[in-house]
Amino acid sequence: MKILIKGGRVLDPAHGIDDTFDVLIEEGRISAIEKELKASGAEVIDAAGRIVTPGLIDLHVHLRDPGYEYKEDIVSGTRSAAAGGFTSVACMPNSNPFNDNKAVTLYIRNKAREEGFANVFPVASATKCSKGDTLAEMGDLKAAGCIGFSDDGRPVASGEVMRRAMEYARGFGMPILSHAEDLSIVGDGVMNDGFVATELGLKGIPWVAETAAIGRDVMLAEYTGARLHVCHISTRQSLDIIREARKRGVRVTCEVTPHHFTLTEEAVRTYDTNTKMNPPLRTADDVAAMREGLADGTIDAIATDHAPHHLDEKNVEYNIAMNGIVGLETSLPLTLRLVDDGVLSLGEAIARLTCGPARALGIPRGTLEVGAAADVTVIDPELKWVLEADKLASKSRNTPFEGWRMKGAATHTILGGRVVYQREM
Amino acid sequence: MSFPHKHILGIEHLSREDIELILDTAESFKEVNRRDIKKVPTLRGKTVINLFYEASTRTRTSFEIAGKRMSADTINISASASSVVKGETLEDTARNIEAMNPDIIVMRHSASGAPHYLAQRLTGCSIINAGDGAHEHPSQALLDLFTIREHKGRIEGLTVAIVGDIAHSRVVRSNIYALNKMGAKVRVAGPGTMIPPGIERLGVEVFHDIEEAIRGVDVVMMLRIQLERQGNTLLPTLREYSRFFGLNTENIKLAREDAIVMHPGPMNRGVEISSYVADGLQNVILEQVENGVAVRMALLYLLAGGEEKL
Repeated sequence: MKILIKGGRVLDPAHGIDDTFDVLIEEGRISAIEKELKASGAEVIDAAGRIVTPGLIDLHVHLRDPGYEYKEDIVSGTRSAAAGGFTSVACMPNSNPFNDNKAVTLYIRNKAREEGFANVFPVASATKCSKGDTLAEMGDLKAAGCIGFSDDGRPVASGEVMRRAMEYARGFGMPILSHAEDLSIVGDGVMNDGFVATELGLKGIPWVAETAAIGRDVMLAEYTGARLHVCHISTRQSLDIIREARKRGVRVTCEVTPHHFTLTEEAVRTYDTNTKMNPPLRTADDVAAMREGLADGTIDAIATDHAPHHLDEKNVEYNIAMNGIVGLETSLPLTLRLVDDGVLSLGEAIARLTCGPARALGIPRGTLEVGAAADVTVIDPELKWVLEADKLASKSRNTPFEGWRMKGAATHTILGGRVVYQREM
Repeated sequence: MSFPHKHILGIEHLSREDIELILDTAESFKEVNRRDIKKVPTLRGKTVINLFYEASTRTRTSFEIAGKRMSADTINISASASSVVKGETLEDTARNIEAMNPDIIVMRHSASGAPHYLAQRLTGCSIINAGDGAHEHPSQALLDLFTIREHKGRIEGLTVAIVGDIAHSRVVRSNIYALNKMGAKVRVAGPGTMIPPGIERLGVEVFHDIEEAIRGVDVVMMLRIQLERQGNTLLPTLREYSRFFGLNTENIKLAREDAIVMHPGPMNRGVEISSYVADGLQNVILEQVENGVAVRMALLYLLAGGEEKL
């Protein structure tokens, strides 16, 4: 089966390519990127006025499978990814059971390969059951196909355990991902600590809960020489720590979510539980800092922290609502807003969704090389649409962007030479 | 003049005119409470449901008496806050109650924002917030204003010191909004662990010492210190709290001679307030309770759209 993508603006930031080309896909691989290609018998996608990019990569999603299939499963989650233009996702280990052993990893990979609509790269627990005491079998997990280790959502409390996890992971050439949070400081906070929390009478989560943990993990990475990827940073101070560490040569990368560069804590004023997530929405200055970090390259990747929850888990009082929002289908337009806002060039924006995340976690994707797996996204950057939660491909509806006017969307998502998503126009 | 709100969720959304209308209305009801026959037919045929998810004696009784003295049918429901996994959800409970066509639901809940959440989902009846988490307690602030106005003849230009656990108090937030809207100056004081970030942006001056805070003020408002706070990370001991933030016969002299002493109750005698002050000449604590009934009658009356004469 052949696909010919005609006349699009090909953007491959990894190779500095930004020009009009035709892209030919054969046998699941990219076979040619040239001007005015002809291919008999190929399915033709007219990409005039559109951009053609490497398939987008999201380093941080929760597919909820196994265990919480009522929120999402590998099929619906990857369908949501495809609808958002993503061909690769890294899924976090907090399923039930945890992905802390080879059997769960293989279940995830097999189901994704057989029934899914995106590549799924599992991130395994760093410790058994993400309990923070005993190291997981990292060697075995790597052999089974995991790409990194994290006790996401249940951050490793003990400095000693984190040190050993880094040393052990380094021995296998694997990164540690840190959901950085000092839970003793978080306490029972439910939103950013500060004036808005004071006004609303909601318990606050101070920014230092995040930076105290990032400080520790960055220093442990410096000490152990391990590769550290800091998940979903949300404060200016976090960014400063990482920027300084990089100058010293510490091997640390980081990501930011679209909601943390788009929304502020002001959104919580409605007590809408779709504004409740962890880390919480921060201040306007933090949002500005996230944008600066994206622009200066300190932030390698935009990742959604796609966290589907059932309506019943959100349609409750604010303090008992689950944390998190779905993100796969809003990430691309929210990222393209940064281009409109003059924060990033289009090439930089695409880099933060492709080669940036690929390099951060060593995922063998994110470019359009001839011979590479044909993961390609065709984007109409001007397409105007309105987000309706009821129409999401995800099983869940928990988004704070309901009714938002969006600009830009994937029109075709191609996974290994197969069109897995085509937008109805 | 008709009242422009369907719900009373907080003082934040009321105007000075709204507040004055409530206080003026309450004044006429106060007289009813001192009659021999303490009942008027104003709300006959109206149904008021007190839905309390948190224990309360004073506020619930006050709303109940307020309703009954105006001939409304008042029903009390004590509910326990549900978790996500068990029990009926707040919305389901409220919808079931709404299906029985009450006119007003008076609600207390430990979750900040719970009455706002319901107000977005219920269509039929009015909601009065009788205290939500650490957010607002509007009827308390209104009865406090009423009591201050009765004693001082005005609120504009007065200085009020609120002392205690500012961070976890809904009484504080409602009073700050209310006093500022009425033109009073507000000071707050408490240990560093009980002063929430950004509180000064609400228009208050922050003190960490009761003596400085109450110097020259017209009103001293003491807050209940929750005894379980002792010995955790917020407070070392009640003994120390009492020494630095308790109101006693000595430090009360720093306030104006004619200052009044208020407390929303229930009091911890010997902790935040000494018995000599609590029972002393300057205290208006039981007047606050009496006025609470009149203010709550005014709220029920204004929300029920009562046009009938008293």
